[in-house]
Amino acid sequence: MILEMKNIEKHFEDCEVLHDISLCVDSGEVVSIIGRSGSGKSTLLRCATFLEKIDGGSICYKGETVAHTPEGERPVYIPKKDMGKVKNYFGLVFQNFNLFPHYSVLKNVCDAPVRVQKRDIGEVREEAMRLLDKMGLADKADAYPFQLSGGQKQRVAIARALALNPDILFFDEPTSALDPELTGEVLKIIRQLAKEKMTMVIVTHEMNFARAVSNRVIFMDGGYIVEEGDPEEVFGNPKQERTRQFLAGYGE
Amino acid sequence: MSLTTMLTTMGAGMLRTIGIFVLTLAGSLPLGMVIMFGRKSKHKILSTVVKAFISIIRGTPLMLQLLVWYFGPYYLFGWSIKGYRFPAIIIGFVVNYACYFAEIYRGGIESMDRGQYEAAEILGYSRSQTFFLIILPQVIKTILPSITNEVITLVKDTSLAFTLAYQEVFSLAKQISASETSFTPFVVAGIFYFVANYVVAYIMDRIEKSMSFYTT
Ligand SMILES: Nc1ncnc2c1ncn2[C@@H]1O[C@H](COP(=O)(O)OP(=O)(O)OP(=O)(O)O)[C@@H](O)[C@H]1O
Ligand SMILES: [Mg+2]
Repeated sequence: MILEMKNIEKHFEDCEVLHDISLCVDSGEVVSIIGRSGSGKSTLLRCATFLEKIDGGSICYKGETVAHTPEGERPVYIPKKDMGKVKNYFGLVFQNFNLFPHYSVLKNVCDAPVRVQKRDIGEVREEAMRLLDKMGLADKADAYPFQLSGGQKQRVAIARALALNPDILFFDEPTSALDPELTGEVLKIIRQLAKEKMTMVIVTHEMNFARAVSNRVIFMDGGYIVEEGDPEEVFGNPKQERTRQFLAGYGE
Repeated sequence: MSLTTMLTTMGAGMLRTIGIFVLTLAGSLPLGMVIMFGRKSKHKILSTVVKAFISIIRGTPLMLQLLVWYFGPYYLFGWSIKGYRFPAIIIGFVVNYACYFAEIYRGGIESMDRGQYEAAEILGYSRSQTFFLIILPQVIKTILPSITNEVITLVKDTSLAFTLAYQEVFSLAKQISASETSFTPFVVAGIFYFVANYVVAYIMDRIEKSMSFYTT
């Protein structure tokens, strides 16, 4: 088991955002999370990647407890000095890429492995070029982010995340900021990664894609997991009325 | 007084003006960073004190501040201020400009997209790596035009050192003009300031160009 999130609670001020959410992801699994805007999908990913602190529940990566909540107390995280290792376990691809604009494409991909993981620069460069080639961007290595299309930027962001060799990769609506004609090139890359058994959790509004690529689909609504299961089941024969309503909105 | 003597005297004044300029920048650019960190500190008392200090410095004339820095130690503590003229000038200029720079830095940092911090955090960069490698270079690029404005203002502001009777270009021009009943010293001073500003503008432009290889 790569990720085990149990009974996660999260609220902002007095707005309850996540209720008793449990999400476990096995090695090689591809999990899609769907749901309307404001249902808490991003917050769940942000809790999993420690951009937000949970208010209850526990998070384990590869069997190591990173955060847990003792009975009747506030959640406890492992000390900061141990976080570095945990951060190697996951990567996150953002909706709006968040590439570093002052770094070339190659440097965007190479910098963290060299500076954070202290790996050999020559070896990192070679691997980065292989990754960029796989993303169809070998000729863009020396370009700067502002010179790329949205789809190209997102592919660089994926390469940047992969360069750190994460065990699990989270995607938060990776194609939502893209023009429709550019979503295909990014989805194709994610499909390819799924084929290679990359463990992934993908928040997406691309229903056909989610159905085709994932082993498991989670439908969230109002901060709850309403339905979860095999994509054919959830999309083809949803058990919950709310799931049905949501999918009907997509004309499925 | 021959023109040569006048120019030699004024030349020495120009060097003193350049001295104020260089020392002020060398001190205030880094000190501004420190003040900005104080201003943005999570420590409420510290940030309030720093905020009040910045607003006092920015809300009062530099000329008055110079007088306070110079005469303050004597009037407040009875200390001797012999030989303290030049340090007082530099302290006054550095502190004043540092407060302006601090606010420029703060504006630049607050305009940064939160996503840049988040991406760096996910990739595992430490807090100081994130600041110095990811945030600061982008901040410098965005605030450079404001910095240029301040630096050009500083060239002209150096003349305020005359308040403490420091013999920089402007003081000398005034003195020589009065004693020689001549207009020439003003022309010389004017040319000096203009050329100095031209050089500063040129250098800042080069720095801005060196960062124009990307846009955010
Ligand atoms: N930093 C924050 N402070 C306060 N409220 C927040 C914050 N972030 C999110 N929320 C609230 O939490 C709820 C869930 O937001 P979240 O971004 O997780 O939804 P989402 O499912 O990702 O939606 P979308 O599809 O629009 O991205 C929303 O009601 C939102 O207003
Ligand atoms: Mg979201």
